[in-house]
Amino acid sequence: MATVPSTKVQVGLTGNSAVALAMKQIDPDVCPAYPITPSTGVMEEFSSYVADGKVTTELITAESEHSAMSACIGASAAGVRVMTATSSQGLALMHEMLYIASGLRLPMVMAVVNRALSAPINIHCDHSDSMASRDAGWIQIYSETVQEAYDNLFQAVRISEHSKVLTPAMVCLDGFITSHAVEGLTLLDDSEVKQFIGEFKPPHPLLDVEKPVTLGAMTLPDTYIEFKHDQSLAIARAKDVVAEVGEEFDRLTGRVYGLFEEYMLDGADVVIVVMSSAAGTTKVAVDELRKKGKRAGLLRPRLFRPFPYKEIAEALKGAKAVCVLDRVDSMSGFGGPLFNEVRSALYDLEKGPRTIGRIFGLGGRDYKVEDALGVFEELFKIADGGKVESVVEYLAY
Amino acid sequence: MEGYTEVRWHGRAQQGVVTAAKVLGETALREGKHVQAFPEFGPERMGAPVKAFNRVSDEPIKLHCQVTSPRIVLIVDPTLIGMTLAGGIETSGGVTDGAPEEAVFIVNTPKSPAEMRGELDLKSPATKVFTVDASHISMETIGRHMPNTPMLGALAKATSIVKLEALVANFRENYSKKFSEKVIEGNVEGMKRGFNEVNAE
Repeated sequence: MATVPSTKVQVGLTGNSAVALAMKQIDPDVCPAYPITPSTGVMEEFSSYVADGKVTTELITAESEHSAMSACIGASAAGVRVMTATSSQGLALMHEMLYIASGLRLPMVMAVVNRALSAPINIHCDHSDSMASRDAGWIQIYSETVQEAYDNLFQAVRISEHSKVLTPAMVCLDGFITSHAVEGLTLLDDSEVKQFIGEFKPPHPLLDVEKPVTLGAMTLPDTYIEFKHDQSLAIARAKDVVAEVGEEFDRLTGRVYGLFEEYMLDGADVVIVVMSSAAGTTKVAVDELRKKGKRAGLLRPRLFRPFPYKEIAEALKGAKAVCVLDRVDSMSGFGGPLFNEVRSALYDLEKGPRTIGRIFGLGGRDYKVEDALGVFEELFKIADGGKVESVVEYLAY
Repeated sequence: MEGYTEVRWHGRAQQGVVTAAKVLGETALREGKHVQAFPEFGPERMGAPVKAFNRVSDEPIKLHCQVTSPRIVLIVDPTLIGMTLAGGIETSGGVTDGAPEEAVFIVNTPKSPAEMRGELDLKSPATKVFTVDASHISMETIGRHMPNTPMLGALAKATSIVKLEALVANFRENYSKKFSEKVIEGNVEGMKRGFNEVNAE
């Protein structure tokens, strides 16, 4: 791990302001936008940067999120760097175009400020929106803090544009909890950003008349599956690229980014697996239990697509009981999507932990230290040979 | 969770409650603290009850849940006292909910701290109550009802969470692009008067 002297001053920004600032520093060529709560602040501030001439970006105010994503696709196909942001219903409306972006292998980065889906209407945080697009062929990176949301955007540009990947990427942060919270963070200099992300060199730009290419051609049953197989291999390759780019970012900033975060996982008997801001609150519960000599730990997936199942199984193999917390419900599936992935990853272990899943925090319901402690209490009972009362259910409130 | 100072702000939309929490967070950050400032939004309409929260700490802050047992409570709109809000927002309890015995209450009102202690039904002698007529101050200093900055001044006097000079310096530096000098200096005057005019028991 590199150690960088922390001479840089911390500034206080909301998650949305930090995302807008990162976009300013990245200075994408095109930004199609259709703002929606709670990501509105991103576009509000970024459009100010455009109006003030702080960036060279062409801002396209679209008439819907579907159109915004369509414009992202057109611009990226033409061969320029593209970014946008959305939430909730906006991401849902983009859904059909998400597959076009990934299927055409177009790099781009989208900030997704996680929010519940209607009905009933709710503007607060859960992961229903981005989890509904988990199979759309986009890389998904989840952020715990404002600092991480900011840092992840730069890394996502590198990962998405990597020649072995060429796949669009979402950087997710929790609506209101992170998007509207002022936290201290350390910024990169503009020159550091420029150097880190480099210049975008599109491999097959549509506007290069010297090398004409076809994008979006019809494929019949004799070729479609080969395209999809190639795409699947490409997004799987993103896993190693995420690790490489994370290490490079660590050397630049001293901030460590891996495929997932292990918190007090060494020798942990019981482990909570949870993503984004709820992981921070869980860490406080882990600290309290460790102070009492109880072996609790946390695993926080950062990369959900591609899902690093081998590494996660390896990290959890010593635990006796694991609870996976999903901030989304699969509505009668066997547990939430993160639970599905983790439990499936653990299945091939000779002697894996007993694993339960709990749905929590929908529509912004607060997740407190006591909630995490309650889960750990149940896990300790299971670890001691107790009966699993129910494998999946909603966290009790 | 020792080591954190947690703050809860109660007001109504358009009274600058969210901004006040943001300004407090920014200022404490400048003083080398770790901070959080975050709102709880309900229905988005003028006059709707709004809460905002701060955490200030010497250690990095990992918590990302709401503040439920605030050491400091600022009541920017006293009409919220005694109200139990319907509407299904789980935390829409009373202004005194969860506050520990040693809590500090700062209320925007022309009334005395002793009167407010009665209205808030605070019985423990460990609880401190301060009052400041922040609405009146803001009408005189900026010409409109914006009690947030006088409340920040009062907070600086009543507690050690932040210093008045730091509040003023941060406000002048961070908000001069957003507001005219007249508005900036009106708010600075509001902070100073809030500091000087806060009443203790």
